[in-house]
Amino acid sequence: MSMRFEQVSVRFGRTQVLHEVSLEVPDGSIMGLVGESGSGKSTLARAAVGLVPVSTGRVLVDGVPAGRRSGVQMVFQDPYSSLDPRMSIGESIAEAIPGRTSKSERAGEVARLLRLVHLDPGRAGQRPGSLSGGQRQRVALARALAGRPQVLIADEITSALDVSVQGAVLNLVREMQRELGLSMLFISHNLAVVRYVADTVAVMSHGHIVEHGPAADVLENPSHRYTQELLAAVPGGTSNTLTKET
Amino acid sequence: MRALRTPVGATGAGLLATVLLLAVLAPVAFGDGAAAVDTDNLLAGPSAEHWFGTDNAGRDLFLRVLVATRLSITLALLATAIAVLTGLVLGSLPWLLGPRLGRPVTALVNILVAFPGLLLVLSLATVFGVGARGAVLAIGFAGAPTFARLCQTLIAGIAARDYVAAAEIAGLGRIRILVRHVLPNVAEPLVVNATIGAGSALLAFAGLSFLGLGVQAPAYDWGRLMQDGLAGVYLHPLAALAPGIAVVIAGLAFNLTGEAVAGALGVTPVVGPRAWSVPARSTPARSPAQGEDLVLDVRDLAVAFPGPSAPVTPVRGVSLSLRSGEAVGIVGESGSGKSLTALAIAQLVEEPGRVTGEVTLCGTDLNDGGHHEDLLGTSLAVVFQDPMTSLNPAMRVGPQLAEVSRFHQSLGRRAALARAVDRLRAVRLRDPERAAQAYPFELSGGMRQRAMIGMGLMGTPRLIIADEPTTALDVTVQKQVLALLEDVRREHGTAILLISHDVSVIGEICDRVLVMYAGRIVEEIAAGDLHGDARHPYTRALVAAVPSMSTSRDEPLATIPGQPVDPAALPPGCAYAARCPLATDQCLSEEPALLDGVACWRAGDPLPMEQTKQVSV
Ligand SMILES: Nc1ncnc2c1ncn2[C@@H]1O[C@H](COP(=O)(O)OP(=O)(O)O)[C@@H](O)[C@H]1O
Ligand code: SF4
Ligand SMILES: [Mg+2]
Repeated sequence: MSMRFEQVSVRFGRTQVLHEVSLEVPDGSIMGLVGESGSGKSTLARAAVGLVPVSTGRVLVDGVPAGRRSGVQMVFQDPYSSLDPRMSIGESIAEAIPGRTSKSERAGEVARLLRLVHLDPGRAGQRPGSLSGGQRQRVALARALAGRPQVLIADEITSALDVSVQGAVLNLVREMQRELGLSMLFISHNLAVVRYVADTVAVMSHGHIVEHGPAADVLENPSHRYTQELLAAVPGGTSNTLTKET
Repeated sequence: MRALRTPVGATGAGLLATVLLLAVLAPVAFGDGAAAVDTDNLLAGPSAEHWFGTDNAGRDLFLRVLVATRLSITLALLATAIAVLTGLVLGSLPWLLGPRLGRPVTALVNILVAFPGLLLVLSLATVFGVGARGAVLAIGFAGAPTFARLCQTLIAGIAARDYVAAAEIAGLGRIRILVRHVLPNVAEPLVVNATIGAGSALLAFAGLSFLGLGVQAPAYDWGRLMQDGLAGVYLHPLAALAPGIAVVIAGLAFNLTGEAVAGALGVTPVVGPRAWSVPARSTPARSPAQGEDLVLDVRDLAVAFPGPSAPVTPVRGVSLSLRSGEAVGIVGESGSGKSLTALAIAQLVEEPGRVTGEVTLCGTDLNDGGHHEDLLGTSLAVVFQDPMTSLNPAMRVGPQLAEVSRFHQSLGRRAALARAVDRLRAVRLRDPERAAQAYPFELSGGMRQRAMIGMGLMGTPRLIIADEPTTALDVTVQKQVLALLEDVRREHGTAILLISHDVSVIGEICDRVLVMYAGRIVEEIAAGDLHGDARHPYTRALVAAVPSMSTSRDEPLATIPGQPVDPAALPPGCAYAARCPLATDQCLSEEPALLDGVACWRAGDPLPMEQTKQVSV
């Protein structure tokens, strides 16, 4: 299943946030989306799952206009706001299982999903409060997978986590993607992370896609000035070009 | 509930329980007594037989006040229920209907909230007609706009959470999401406010009955009794006063209980906003033992909190020192005690935390029990991860910075504002004049972080403690904020203590790095030696965990197996043993001391590569 953005524009009131974005996430591969905060990455993700209305253009999943329940799922940045604190993690996951299922079928599916993301199924009854950030992000991933998506959108899913936990979540993402053959839009401002997970990379700036292509090409021979700037800012990188302002 | 153990909470709850008990029992126990007519004692004053006197039919007023509790409370609760339910419906509509259709509802609520409450009650009372029913409706609907506004705000807050978005993506309808996710999460503040609201409804009801618009004879509530007593108020003031006192007590009962619970539920910020004081007089400096340029010297710092059985010590024996112009990093996972160390140095650890050890800032011992606000204000600046929590959201940025200098340097308004703009320029905000006019929320994360650093620079600090200052920012902005700290250090010789969970961030500007695990420093290392020359297995694992632009894509990323230790359950030996690929029996029983810059029995031993690559969080 591929996901295609065709000339997608989004405006909030008078401000236009996305300008005719056209982009294709190829079937069964991971596309990285990089860009500074406020550039429109999350808006593009939210438009794809119908959380934000597009003003012109359309989002196609396998050639069919995307809407709710169209096989696109999303994992969010903040593991502390993406799970209902008053629901057990099992209930949160079960809620995303489509169709009418019996109680025991649901419990079985929840256990399977928890095992899939390397969590003990015995914890299904726990509240998110007793889980660490990394574990919550695993639960969020399990919930997204419960919808049996063909396309998964991951919006900055490791930027609220410690680096020591980030690696485990990224390993899991790659593992899931390979095992389930998912197509993924992986959003991050961390180029080293995107480089590690993504096959292709798109660069967004001020609501425009300024560059995209195979990850190796874009990250090793960036042609756009903004991509070069992003690369220079990677911590531990050598270049020290500093510009004013945020 | 914890709230009810405070004196205010306990008083409120006690009163409320008494009032409710009376409401249930008084009509049963004293109903007959209150209706008994004593023709010998019409309109009598207080006596041993009739404590509060009698009314014009000779009925005992004390008993009537007690019996009236039920009707008064019931009506007030009914009115509150109407207010809350109507408010809940009006407050949910904007979110249920979406922005376009919701806007008129919001506008209507805003108009109604602006309407004077008393006027609303009186006009509604005439609409719904005289009598208890009309009064309940009038007070209920008059209270609805306030609750509608409250619900709107609460619901909007919850609706912005990602779990609501996730439920929408999963295909749940809005009503279902409202019931499953939104309402349970707004219930607490709503119930608290409803309790406080019931107190107000009680007062309003007494008012209406007193005016003759509420409860009609022969039924009686406290307001009605007050009106009845009014005729003879100069002869027998108690007849009017007693029901009035009952109203006040019951109203207080609701209010105190609600306020106490609200106070307990309200989030107390871990770190309060702090003033950057800049005193005019100089602080006498004691000369430090190790030379003049030692800015910070920390010896054996420990922070303890009371625990269920024994005190928990999340920081245990940290020693460090910084010379002027030096940049030192503290790195470690969440929960390792980095921030608490920073707070302890800045004297910001709140009760019931206990700080022990020596903290010497610019030659003055801060833990000597004296007041050091002046020294802290001039010499120390602290920058936190989220500057939004440290900036006053209701105040423009410029005046907020200026206030510091106005207050402590006695600068005039204009001079202080000019300095604020100058400082904002110094932290390289483009268009500092405009930034000074902005409210904190109007600035981007990076700009806020600069403003925060600018605030620290209103004086000339000798030390800046920056706790995860760039964690919420993206790489380009992160680079700029770090460069800014670097500039301050170069230009003013300010020492910098930079805290992060990411070694690559620390490596950007620091000379020396302290690695923290389970509240202790486990390695002290030159930043340049991090890659390749780290000796502690934990340091090496932290370094390996950061993917770089040359990490192999064909292998899983290195991770640190297991979880950081819980400071409440420290193991006997080395705290890292459960996660360490080199752990031996000695490690499990004896804690290694920090010797020669590293706390490890097997410092520098080669690591079995495979074991650091386990997949687990
Ligand atoms: N609901 C909204 N109303 C108005 N502006 C918004 C809204 N959501 C996002 N924006 C604006 O859209 C721009 C892009 O935001 P976002 O997509 O979150 O960026 P990113 O994902 O790259 O951080 C920002 O300027 C942001 O302020
Ligand atoms: S002391 Fe032992 S357990 Fe602790 S870090 Fe060193 S080798 Fe590992
Ligand atoms: Mg974003």
